Amino acid sequence: MTALTYIFVLPLLAAVALAFVPRAYSVVMRGVAVGVTFVMMLLAILVFIRFNGAEADASGFKFVTTIPGLGASSLGIVCKLGVDGINVGLVLMGAIVAFAAACCSREIRDREKEFYILLLVMTGGILGAFASLNLFFFYFLHELALVPTFLMIGVWGRGERKNYATFQITLYLSIGALVALVGLIALYLQSGAQTFDIPELTERLRENPLSAGAQRFIFPLLLFGFGILVSLWPFHTWAPMGYASAPTPAAMLHAGVLKKFGLYGLIRIALPLMPGAAQRWMPILAWLCLGNLVYCGWVAMRQKDFNWLIGYSSVAHMGFVFLGIATLTLVGVTGAVVVMVAHGFLAALTFGLSGYLYEQTGTLEMSELGGLLRKLPFIGAALVMAAFAGCGVPGFANFAGEVTVFFGAWNVFRPVTVLACWGALMIGAVYMLRAVRTMLHGELPEKWANVTDAPHLWRKAPFILLLAALMLFGCFPRLLTDKISPSAGVIVQMANPVLEGNLRAEAAPAPPKSALAQGGGEAVQ
Amino acid sequence: MNLSLISLEICVVALGMALLLADLWLPPGRKRLLGYAAAAGLGLLLVANLGGFGVFGSTGTAFGGMFVQDGLAIFFKRFFLLAAILVLLMAIEFSDRISAGIAEYYSLIVFALAGMLFAASANDFALLFVSLELITVTFYVLTSFQRARLVSLEAGVKYLVIGALSTAFTVFGIALVYGISGRLNFGELAGVAGQFGDNKIFLFGLLLVLTGLGFKIVAFPFQIWAPDVYQGAPTPTAAFLAIGSKAAGFVLLLRVLFTAVPDITAQWTNLLIVFSAVTILYGNLCAIPQRNVKRLLGYSSVAHAGYLLLGVAAMSTAGQDRSAGGSAMLFYLSGYLFTVLAAFTVITLVMRHLESEDISGLAGLNQRSPLLAATMTLAMVSLAGIPPLAGFFGKFLLLKALIEQGAANPGCYCLAFTAVAGIVISLYYYFGVIRAIYWSPGPAAAPPIAVSRPIRISIYVCIAGMFYLGLFPGVMVTVTTEAVKALNR
Repeated sequence: MTALTYIFVLPLLAAVALAFVPRAYSVVMRGVAVGVTFVMMLLAILVFIRFNGAEADASGFKFVTTIPGLGASSLGIVCKLGVDGINVGLVLMGAIVAFAAACCSREIRDREKEFYILLLVMTGGILGAFASLNLFFFYFLHELALVPTFLMIGVWGRGERKNYATFQITLYLSIGALVALVGLIALYLQSGAQTFDIPELTERLRENPLSAGAQRFIFPLLLFGFGILVSLWPFHTWAPMGYASAPTPAAMLHAGVLKKFGLYGLIRIALPLMPGAAQRWMPILAWLCLGNLVYCGWVAMRQKDFNWLIGYSSVAHMGFVFLGIATLTLVGVTGAVVVMVAHGFLAALTFGLSGYLYEQTGTLEMSELGGLLRKLPFIGAALVMAAFAGCGVPGFANFAGEVTVFFGAWNVFRPVTVLACWGALMIGAVYMLRAVRTMLHGELPEKWANVTDAPHLWRKAPFILLLAALMLFGCFPRLLTDKISPSAGVIVQMANPVLEGNLRAEAAPAPPKSALAQGGGEAVQ
Repeated sequence: MNLSLISLEICVVALGMALLLADLWLPPGRKRLLGYAAAAGLGLLLVANLGGFGVFGSTGTAFGGMFVQDGLAIFFKRFFLLAAILVLLMAIEFSDRISAGIAEYYSLIVFALAGMLFAASANDFALLFVSLELITVTFYVLTSFQRARLVSLEAGVKYLVIGALSTAFTVFGIALVYGISGRLNFGELAGVAGQFGDNKIFLFGLLLVLTGLGFKIVAFPFQIWAPDVYQGAPTPTAAFLAIGSKAAGFVLLLRVLFTAVPDITAQWTNLLIVFSAVTILYGNLCAIPQRNVKRLLGYSSVAHAGYLLLGVAAMSTAGQDRSAGGSAMLFYLSGYLFTVLAAFTVITLVMRHLESEDISGLAGLNQRSPLLAATMTLAMVSLAGIPPLAGFFGKFLLLKALIEQGAANPGCYCLAFTAVAGIVISLYYYFGVIRAIYWSPGPAAAPPIAVSRPIRISIYVCIAGMFYLGLFPGVMVTVTTEAVKALNR
């Protein structure tokens, strides 16, 4: 029993308990949801603060705990939770975003009971998936969190094309998840370890790597399976429409937290366990990420609806993470994890703010909005700051992550990095600042004379919290990087086998990379 | 002869007789309640069987090896008992749609159950045939029980014609096999089957037997009756067909393939793979345009036969140790039991007073009865194979067993991908049902649906079963692994 146990179990138990509350007591539902996510957030902060002092087990994980009974131990399926430097930040981010999403759930007016149950299931599922040290539960809990997304978009979503969006996101993400599942099962079977325990699997594959043939077969399954879940270009089309149709809390949680699952899976599973294939595929991934950064940024520029714009922008930001992963260097992977955390806060913040605007105006069509900063000083200011964070202005955590990624990528993929820098930062600035200008500055149309700013602290709290987190990690990125880099070092070391044998020969086309990786590593240390 | 081994079957048949007799003396108004008596009687038998009290715990063979009571048989007997209890409770709710002879309806369900119990223990082609016939003939009547309803009669006739055809195939196949080998007993046949491996007539006979079983499990290309019959039959009958009849087909299939002719089965891996792949794709693709919920479940039942055949394909590739595929299959069937019965229970309650069972009849169900709406949603999610419900873990085990065999036969990889494609397709129509429940425009002021206490309990049992198998599968995996040890010879 550690704090992680409670972070995972509390929301799920609360969801079960809410099922027995009569539906007339909607205040209770909201109270429970906000209360539970608040407690989770405090626990996650506690875990984050005490992380450095905590005792690690043999494989470097801290706060390791198992939840008895769940799963089938005869098959090696045990619900084991734990954190290392890579996922401790994600758990913290997830818990904070969950609290913010629960606070932003006031816009839901009908069937509140079902909504809050689904919200809690989603929260518990995704935080469990990030903390899971068992391959089975890693997958299982993510899927558990996905189902509520579909239902939330379907039932409480908005827009004319809600049905289409629901089915598109359902089918698209299910394809990704199932492809990844086949890959994970194949990985488990090929390893011969007879266990789904991630540290044990890692240990075993470190000693007896998979055959090159098996890696060649399994790695693409994981890369594209997880890639679909993270909206890797060209598999991104589900994202903008899904987010534009989703109710605010669902968009916040999905874009902020759930989407990071695929990236986390790549870092935790695909890179270290299949280094040979990773070496082959990473250059391809680096070019694909340009699709995210440049192409999706471009598309974002053309959007007329603010929600679509931030949907595309969130797809574009995933490009930084892919680029960081593709470098296979310590600096790059560390930067990728920082971007994951930062973008989680940022996506939740922008979707939360756009939800507030939508609630006030009933539209997010940018041409209809204007001059809102006069009526909405707080929300408007928060939106401006979010836009700055989105263009990578120093002082926000995104800058810290993105610049680290570029440092990592410079030596490895120089052309890609140049294009990405230009594309992402320029294009990002263009569409973000233009959106701010059209929506917040200029004349205030008369019909928006009655919009009101967030009335009291309670409505402002989620935005303040998310902004504070962005600025805290932006000004003190070492809070994150000091935790991430030792764990990322282990993974990068495994992903760049300096060793003997056939795999090295297989990966011959890119020989200088591992040297660079180590060079980069030294530079940081 | 060891009569004590068949004491369960004797009790069930006696219960059926008692129901018929009680029908003679009970006043018409109370006949509906006979269903509770029948369910309670079966419940007692199930408890006694689970506890292994007295004669129920013994294992062995009887009637000169015709009848075998082993782990597999016991597993399936408990399975059938539970299914029959839940179906009986459903039938009680449905009874106001049946104009006359409700007591006979109950007793026919019990007799069909007896057939399934015998099927679970069949170790001989003669008993296989008799038990199949006992199941099929009772279902002829059960299917057309709503005599005033044309679709019900139509379903009955279709089932009769195609069922008779399949019986003819089976019996012809048995005759060929017996004519060549001179054996009817599975155990004896296993000893000599190897030497007939290239005898065309023997193989043809076996194929015909498989055809007959294919009708029972609703596998392509023998599935043609299923959607029509599911749509037309009274809902409890359709439920019992979907779970009981299918499971009986599968236990017989397992016995024939892996007890009687294991050597030949090992050569038929590719056939089984194709069988399974086509069944999955056919069922899922045809389900997409369906508007009638029961018909949709009919096609989904075809698809699920395909998923279950994944396990059979994995077993046939596996050689000696078949426990992975077998236990996955049994696990999947157990999950399917709770899931499909939950779905049919909801359909019974919601649609018994509607003329057609169109999906739009579910619209607004969320307002009319949140419990039923949640149950149907969970059932659909479990059928689609999404965590945390039973369907997911079952599919996970099946895929795992299959991919495990990929090294021995690369066809298994292809089959795994076909199954994944099938799962994705199925999400579309299962979510279509969920959409109808939660966000389709419904009738303005539909009355709330009353859910009686017994049926509420049966719904809770189904939900608990789905969650238990999904979240705590450990116990069930052990049980099913034990049960399929009987096939590892």
